[in-house]
Amino acid sequence: MTMSIYAKEKSAERPTALELRGIDKKFGAVHANKDICLKIPAGTIHGIIGENGAGKSTLMNIIYGFYTADKGEILIDGIERKLANSKEAISYGIGMVHQHFMLVDNFTVLENVILGAEEGGILKPSLRKARKELERLAKEYQLDVPLDSLIEELSVGLQQRVEILKALYRGAKILILDEPTGVLTPQETEHLFHIFDALRAQGVTILLITHKLKEILSATDNVSVMRQGEMVAHRVTANTNKEELAELMVGRKVRLKAEKSDAKPTEVLLSTDKLTYTDSMGVDRLKEVSMEIRAGEVVGIAGVSGNGQSELLSALAGLITPTRGSIKVGNSVIDANNPTCADGMRKLKVGHIPEDRLVMGLIKSFTAEESAILGHHNQAQYNGALFNKPKFITSECKRLMDEWDVRPRDPKLKSSLFSGGNQQKLIIAREVDQDPDILLIGQPTRGVDIGAIEFIHKRIIELREQGKGILLVSVELDEVMSLADRIIVMFDGHIVGEVDANKADEKTLGMMMANILPDELASNKGGQ
Amino acid sequence: MNDSKIPSWVNIFVLPLINIMFAFAFAAGIFLAVDVNPIEAAGVMVRGALGYQEGIGYTLYYATNFIFTGLAVAMAFSAGLFNIGGEGQAYMGGLGVGLACLALDSTLPFWALLPITMLASMLFGALFALIPAYLQAYRGSHIVITTIMFNFIASALMVYLLVNVLKLEGQMAPVSRVFEDSAGLPMFHEMAAWFGFSFSQSPMNLSFFIALICCVLVWALLWRTRWGYAIRAMGASPSAAEYGGINYKKLIIVVMLISGALSGMMGLNEVQGYSQQLKLDFVAGYGFTGIAVCLIGRSHPIGIILASILFGMLYQGGAELSFDYPNIDREMIQVVQALVVLFSGALALMLVKPTEKLFVFLDQKKTALAGTKAEA
Repeated sequence: MTMSIYAKEKSAERPTALELRGIDKKFGAVHANKDICLKIPAGTIHGIIGENGAGKSTLMNIIYGFYTADKGEILIDGIERKLANSKEAISYGIGMVHQHFMLVDNFTVLENVILGAEEGGILKPSLRKARKELERLAKEYQLDVPLDSLIEELSVGLQQRVEILKALYRGAKILILDEPTGVLTPQETEHLFHIFDALRAQGVTILLITHKLKEILSATDNVSVMRQGEMVAHRVTANTNKEELAELMVGRKVRLKAEKSDAKPTEVLLSTDKLTYTDSMGVDRLKEVSMEIRAGEVVGIAGVSGNGQSELLSALAGLITPTRGSIKVGNSVIDANNPTCADGMRKLKVGHIPEDRLVMGLIKSFTAEESAILGHHNQAQYNGALFNKPKFITSECKRLMDEWDVRPRDPKLKSSLFSGGNQQKLIIAREVDQDPDILLIGQPTRGVDIGAIEFIHKRIIELREQGKGILLVSVELDEVMSLADRIIVMFDGHIVGEVDANKADEKTLGMMMANILPDELASNKGGQ
Repeated sequence: MNDSKIPSWVNIFVLPLINIMFAFAFAAGIFLAVDVNPIEAAGVMVRGALGYQEGIGYTLYYATNFIFTGLAVAMAFSAGLFNIGGEGQAYMGGLGVGLACLALDSTLPFWALLPITMLASMLFGALFALIPAYLQAYRGSHIVITTIMFNFIASALMVYLLVNVLKLEGQMAPVSRVFEDSAGLPMFHEMAAWFGFSFSQSPMNLSFFIALICCVLVWALLWRTRWGYAIRAMGASPSAAEYGGINYKKLIIVVMLISGALSGMMGLNEVQGYSQQLKLDFVAGYGFTGIAVCLIGRSHPIGIILASILFGMLYQGGAELSFDYPNIDREMIQVVQALVVLFSGALALMLVKPTEKLFVFLDQKKTALAGTKAEA
């Protein structure tokens, strides 16, 4: 199983840049990596795909020297190496670009690049040397970055390039990228893949970790699939497809696109009028957002994360009070003079599935049954005059777990011990069970495995069919496109435009997410 | 991930025990350094604390104070608040008890006075915690800073009152008059006599049982009511609590009032039970030790009772020890207590990893053994 066709063919042509033999790693009782074997030819782009918790990150951290494997060998350019820490890994030419950038915001690009690689106590010579070297790298790999700008002034895409430059400056010949596209617009992603091509042409080997099937197919030469700590398959990318990879990841057949009919929206359930929110730093996070949600439709919010989507959700859920403008739910108006709270919005039959389930959606140290009444714990059904009804709370949790297939079905188990998908199912179950008219859903499938995604998507469509109004915020453009009936694109706190989901394509949405309006939209919506 | 590695009973029982054992091991080293046989000393300590009725009485009398102050810390801690003002709140609670007794001891019979002194202790303690609570909730002043500063205010206020207001005329000592006999809490030996048992005389009194009832009440509040749910939610995750529609400002006030009231009730034991008069410094560090009691007791009422008895034993057994050994003085006993606090409080997490590893190792060995057996 571990020796696939490509390994035989290609290893004959190219030298092997990186080879893993029988890598094994346990964390206590958790077997994170089981006997992993992998061979990556030099100058190729190799994708590693797998669900959350499949062991991808552990494996990468072993290669980068963060963790030491319990068993197994790592060979770099054919020589066995012991990597005790990341400094050693760097010295053997391994570079890593983390999912969350490791940059100092108020340093310039140049300062960030030499950070930790300074030569001597005086900076000047190091800076001069770095500038020359970076200019060469930029030309060679098409990695143009303004060297004297502060990091905080750069877009996310450019910041990522700085991370790549940092690795190359330290002499990386093998570059590991962990979920590099999570924060990028489709256009930025495309540009990143161009950079990959240039790097490959110069002989750099790239290891791309992602859970996005599409990216694997468009960017890599070879792909390896991980499932539950094991390397289950190796494929030549050209010889495989989405369906096969998804099946290998999950271990069974999955349907990738939600099936739904056209929406039949009726009356307006919730609307906002020039909703504006200024945060404590005085920054306008929402700028005159006017929108509405009707019964029987899914309104999707697209946008690169951090452009006001979270604040919109929070405002609609009653967690933050609008600075200006108003929210109208039924006959109730919420504005700066009539603030509300999370409880107030729940009473107006607005349900909220928060974006971050571990921060807001549930309480990690609570049992599942306790998390399953969060926000509803004051309801009469759970309480007597003085004491609550533990038996009823348990039986209700059990019922929700049965209805939503939450595993394991143990109401007394700590919330943190469920997998991401099961935690999410429990939260959605809790909110849907209250039978709200409007459901605000943030990142319903972030960090959720493919099997659960399929299930959650199906249930969201069912809710729409029941005549609920649904607002969906997601960083996964595919998810928004497949679930939403209308897509609103946000940029820097305001609405750039709205697109009918049936007519939406990734390119247009991507342009709008970067605040570039396609011509015909500009003429319709001028002035935005 | 951390949670899954070791069973919860290890976390709750074994870890604190190991921590305490480490503290005792260090203490043994110190005893050896001053030429005292640690095993003999331990024997004297345990016999002194539990070996005879008077010793038991003293141990539980000390434990009463620790239960009240430990519960107070645990109450606030479950809401994520670190109330280190137990010292001042207990002092104020004692003042409340004292004032009530001084005003009413000659007019009211005991059964009418007791509810009033209980209420006074709670009210004074609670009100003294109210200002730091308000400042935390509505002004954002950190409760650790304000509660510790309030300890000094309590101390200064008490000196002023005892020197200038409550002191008897013609007396030098800053103490109030002794309450009427009828006002004091019934002692345990008296209570035992009601039921036909005899028990040696000791300062243990009715407030020990009040403390136990408080443990039950705190447990019921935290784990069996919607308010307790909100308190624990706020303590575990403020953002999730806000999402859950919980008004944290109001809750901070309520929790601190309860916490202050619990601290204040310590005054029942010291003022109405033991000394039966108001005097200076009767809190004597019990408020601070309550923090250690709460940490060792894992903020759970049952744990707090056990930890309180442990500290009661250290106090009482330590006193016996310094009687018996000329090389060991009062300060030495404080060192032993400090070691217990150090290992179970400050270094509580130091032994988590090694213990985890040990258990994973034992677990693997067990499964391996089971495997070979199965093969055979």
